[in-house]
Amino acid sequence: MITRILATAATEIRIASRNRWVLIAVVLMVLFSLVLSAAGSAPTGALGADRLSVVAASLTSLSVYLVPLVALLMSFDAVAGEVERGTLPLLLTYPVARWEVLAGKLLAHTAILILAIVAGYGAAAAIAIVVDPAALSGLAALWRLTWTSVLLGATFLGIGYALSSRAKRVSGAAGLAIGLWLGLVVLYDLGLLAAVVADDGGFFTKSIFPAALLANPADAFRLFNLTAAEATAAASGVAGAANAIPQWQSLLSVAVWPFIALALAALSFRKVVP
Amino acid sequence: MTSTLTISHLTKTYDGVAALSDVSLSVAPGERVALLGHNGAGKSTLMKVILGLIAPSGGEVTVCDAKPGQAAAREQVAYLPENATFHSALTGLEQITFYMRLRGQDTAGAMELLERVGLGHAARRRIGTYSKGMRQRVGLAQALIGAPRLLVLDEPTSGLDPVSRRDFYELLDGLAADGASILLSSHALTEVEARTDRLLILSGGRMVAEGTLPDLRREAALPVAMHITALNGYDSDIMAALPNAIRVGEGLQISCTQEEKLATLARISELRGKVVDLEIIPPSLEDIYSHYSRRDGQ
Repeated sequence: MITRILATAATEIRIASRNRWVLIAVVLMVLFSLVLSAAGSAPTGALGADRLSVVAASLTSLSVYLVPLVALLMSFDAVAGEVERGTLPLLLTYPVARWEVLAGKLLAHTAILILAIVAGYGAAAAIAIVVDPAALSGLAALWRLTWTSVLLGATFLGIGYALSSRAKRVSGAAGLAIGLWLGLVVLYDLGLLAAVVADDGGFFTKSIFPAALLANPADAFRLFNLTAAEATAAASGVAGAANAIPQWQSLLSVAVWPFIALALAALSFRKVVP
Repeated sequence: MTSTLTISHLTKTYDGVAALSDVSLSVAPGERVALLGHNGAGKSTLMKVILGLIAPSGGEVTVCDAKPGQAAAREQVAYLPENATFHSALTGLEQITFYMRLRGQDTAGAMELLERVGLGHAARRRIGTYSKGMRQRVGLAQALIGAPRLLVLDEPTSGLDPVSRRDFYELLDGLAADGASILLSSHALTEVEARTDRLLILSGGRMVAEGTLPDLRREAALPVAMHITALNGYDSDIMAALPNAIRVGEGLQISCTQEEKLATLARISELRGKVVDLEIIPPSLEDIYSHYSRRDGQ
């Protein structure tokens, strides 16, 4: 079992590095992290927080867009690509279970994601610490951001595998992935904010809004990181509006979502008829 | 010995349309069986059921003492898909190594396996640069991993040149001699005639014929054609003597059943002085094949 999962993972990593996906993911994360840490370096003194905590807060806003995007870009091809190339029927005649195939792909893609996240955050952190040695006290915030980013990535990898199994065509899977990213990461927040404004502190704002934030893995991720770093809570509109949500609830959402997404992926993949 | 593959009364329907109806067959260890049929006759569907890729709608299938698709069956069955494709970013060696690890085999033999199918020189090149014939060889190499008990080969020789085809069938002979059962589909009738033990003909999802080629030839009882070249001007004399004859190009043609063959020959030999040449054309493989696959009005 382990041999088969590792064999699949090794092959996937090889394919991803040949296709430049590893390079693209790492460069994307490093580039955006550096730009953000440069842009966000001005107002540190005013907030009374150390430099690294501020960088971590900026990186949270970045990661909530970028990590799901990178994860979906890596995963949308996972099943639909095999179907379209015609490699899936042969693979499924091998003594390998379907969940083992997915586990192997997940292992490889998560490893690439961790590499990209560590490279990106590491670059931003290194600059912050070099400029201001006191920033070392913000390492806890950065560590929290790192592991939650990996969980967020795993969630979107699972979602990507699920829609890749359902699409059966690479082009369809790519469209679904982009649509899902726009929906969950961009439009979802806009819709919620619009509803909050229209509701003006009524039933929706008090009861539905917090639940809706927790239900979305990207929002739960942002919520958790921003409520943990109290110094920067003021910086975010969404987190500001939902300060009432206890931290354990957002943590739970962040921790449970990967399992829901992967179960969804396994179920969808099981239904694929080669 | 019990058979490697047993199928009884297999039926597969897609949305009410029957792709396979009431198919029964068995393949013994060491037996090489060719599956013939026109496009859409159900060959690939049958193979996919045997491999456990699609579930049958009815009937019993037993592969290596297990249900198709069960781990015990998959461990002993190898498959070569029609137009085998692989990830173009991997090299042949990497691809075979991966498949060997999935089967729990020692990957040290990967290079040897590629050399066995004549790909040793290209093992470290990406599959994206391979020709169709070379990809087919990668497919063949992966089907040989771990000495499978049953090989299911979907048009294995498409894309191979004549020399490679001969090498391929020699490889199969060796496997069959070691006790592996082989089920292969093909359109190349002449090569399956010489290289397989038994033929199965599918038509419209039904098994319309089964047996060795001589069996099928006898059972089909197709007419024998005789081509007569008449001496100048004697055409009409011969036509008069042989009312069944028809004009075909320069000569005359007459066809008769197997039983009438000698009698017809005797009548032709009576016309000795008027005939330049006589050619006897037995029913070809293609004729026999068409006979069986058209019986259902296909």
